[in-house]
Amino acid sequence: MAQPSDFGYGMEEQILRAEARKFFKDTCDELRLMDLVAGKTDPHREPECLWDKKAWKKMTDLGWTTLAVPERAGGIGMSAVAVATLVEEAGRAAFPSPLISTINATYVLSACHTKNADAALAEIADNRTAALAVTNRKGSWSSSDTDVSASHANGVITLNGTAWFVQDARKADFFVVAAGSNDEVGLYVVPADASGVTVVPDAIVDLTRDQAHVTFEGVEVGPACTAADPGSGSLALELGLPAVLTMVSADMCGAGEWQLQTTAAYAGKRVQFDRALGYFQAVKHPIVNMMIMIDSARSLVYNAACAMDHEPEFSSVYAHMAKAAAGDMAAFCSGRSVQYHGGMGFTWECFVHLYFKRQMHNQVLYGDAAHHRVKLADFFMGPPRG
Amino acid sequence: MSENEQKDSPEQSSFRKYCRNWLSGHVPLPPAFRLPQSAMEIMTQEQMDYLCRWQKSAYDAGLVGCDYPGEYGGFGRTNCQRIANEEMHRAGTPYFPNVIALGMAAPTLFHHGSEELKKRFIPKILSGEEIWCQGFSEPDAGSDLANVQTFAEKKGDNWVINGQKIWTSLAMFASWMIILCRHDRSDKYKGLTYFIVPIKSALGKGVDVRPLIKMTGETGFNEVFFTDLEIPDSYRLDKVGNGWQVAMTTLLHERGAGPLITPTAGGQTSRSSETTYNAMTLVDLAKKSDRLGKTAADDPVIRDRIMSLVIRQRGFMESLRRSRVKGLADHPMRIPLQGKLVMSELVQDIAALALEIEGASATLFIADANAPAGGAWPLAYMNSFGGTIAAGTSEVQRNILGERVLGLAKSK
Repeated sequence: MAQPSDFGYGMEEQILRAEARKFFKDTCDELRLMDLVAGKTDPHREPECLWDKKAWKKMTDLGWTTLAVPERAGGIGMSAVAVATLVEEAGRAAFPSPLISTINATYVLSACHTKNADAALAEIADNRTAALAVTNRKGSWSSSDTDVSASHANGVITLNGTAWFVQDARKADFFVVAAGSNDEVGLYVVPADASGVTVVPDAIVDLTRDQAHVTFEGVEVGPACTAADPGSGSLALELGLPAVLTMVSADMCGAGEWQLQTTAAYAGKRVQFDRALGYFQAVKHPIVNMMIMIDSARSLVYNAACAMDHEPEFSSVYAHMAKAAAGDMAAFCSGRSVQYHGGMGFTWECFVHLYFKRQMHNQVLYGDAAHHRVKLADFFMGPPRG
Repeated sequence: MSENEQKDSPEQSSFRKYCRNWLSGHVPLPPAFRLPQSAMEIMTQEQMDYLCRWQKSAYDAGLVGCDYPGEYGGFGRTNCQRIANEEMHRAGTPYFPNVIALGMAAPTLFHHGSEELKKRFIPKILSGEEIWCQGFSEPDAGSDLANVQTFAEKKGDNWVINGQKIWTSLAMFASWMIILCRHDRSDKYKGLTYFIVPIKSALGKGVDVRPLIKMTGETGFNEVFFTDLEIPDSYRLDKVGNGWQVAMTTLLHERGAGPLITPTAGGQTSRSSETTYNAMTLVDLAKKSDRLGKTAADDPVIRDRIMSLVIRQRGFMESLRRSRVKGLADHPMRIPLQGKLVMSELVQDIAALALEIEGASATLFIADANAPAGGAWPLAYMNSFGGTIAAGTSEVQRNILGERVLGLAKSK
């Protein structure tokens, strides 16, 4: 299979982008976002979970949370390119919501191809929210590293252990948990309110998301909760990973574009030495470099998304490229956005720290740029010897 | 079928078949002598003759000027030049020698020339029978192009040209030059007027071409001196005082944004398969290179840096693809105006990393029998500065992007 030269980005995607941009502008402009998430400044405050449930309800009414759910499970089943378009716009608004965590869970469940996984997808199609609980204490999402175990006895599955770095955990109705049985890993659908499940919030930098570690103490679930049997969970996770990387990268590109436009606008109006800041090439040229890095990352995101739709055998390589480019881009754009807002950029009052922190979070989520370059080097050059 | 073929219109599809068929029997044999990396570095008459013969045969077959109107020597097709270019690339043909004419002179004439000039000059640009060069830069007008001082004085119905142009590629082969002149010293921008002037037929009669030696030791560009060269007013493009606007059209094409507004005249400007332009070639180089007893390909730092370049290269390729998609391109000039800047810096960084990978052997230049890759990498690295300086330095490109695309205040 080959990719269409236009990424499969057509009229539907254009309309979706226009509607999404308007929706986020109307429901989550910078002032509202600031009011919503930045009310408390104390760095020692209790971890919060701040999001606009009314805006979320409006979004679910539009059907956007089910775009990625296959039609076989009652979803809309749009292309990954369309989903990336939506996620990019959500990133541009730094929208606090379980949108990305639910979409990521959706792609992993879709890769399971089991009746039980499809039943969980049907719940997402019915506007329930989900999050992946697959990462261990050290931050590895490699399935064999999971800190959760599953024991099977008499038709009951008992989960024990802790999943770490669970995204938007307090907004999730259920978790997709990677758990090991002997040497094999399965994926299990566990309601957030199941007995024995405890969500312990992490105190994180990012104000636009929540994160937690989730402990499972003798959590008993029935066989219908097995989305992927022990032995097939690893493959499902692996197949879902390109989508996860691509969608996180799409969020970063949207946030990066906000950083670029906001910084360029400020450089246009802030006057020093009788000149707008943007007159000075020490400021102008790095702002142009922000744009160049965003464009490269964004093009790689659409290439990776299009590969998911048309060329799945390459989606993993392209997703590594996208996340590597997005990681470097986000680090650079965040740094420049604060620096060129000067003293104001260093304050809580200025909006730029909201995006700076979201990007910090995004950069390390599912591997930073250097990690993905290692993966690419192994692919293109073979593993290193010695 | 490739992704491009799937999108072909019926006209493009049948034209593609025609090109493929013609090319199957007409790709010239490689010459006995070495060809340079691009047309801008053509040094000898035999290189030029070989490449001109190829351009003429491709033109006669209808593979150049596909989308130009018939009255200007073109073939009146719709969006078919891209097809011809893809098929020529696929067939591994040589490049065309008349790059400045095809890429800059033809579109500038197309937008600003009189009917008479278009009919007289565009056909021989397409066929390659007349080579063109570009007279923009001067010793005191580089990045500050509008500072050109070469003077055009009106004398009756004619103009008299005096002054000096510099960094003029292909001038030693050129029949004609597009030239930006000053007719009025009192106004920096409105004092500029744009002409075409004869070169070959005026040598020793008002025009003098002297080659410049590049830092690599190769020739390739020139100084061109004008002493009382008289030309008719009919060689003027657009109005007196509109030279800057006409020059912007030329530069738009030079910097890669041309296909948005003008039929593409045709051809690849360089061998894009050229190894020194491709980050993936560093993978093989690293496997063959020994660094202090360890293969470079096993060095994690080298691996990381090669992958950074591979990603940048792929990213720009995908950006070019994205720039053609409605709704995914943002500002229409945003990606096209990055082309020259991003590619020239990428090519430079690829060559620089190649030298690091080669280690001590990077000292060996093209005349050394032990030089890896025949000394191509030190040569490519030095030549890469032609890319980041010519046609507006990287610094000027960043000004243009900041000002035109992001609306930042104009830097002096």
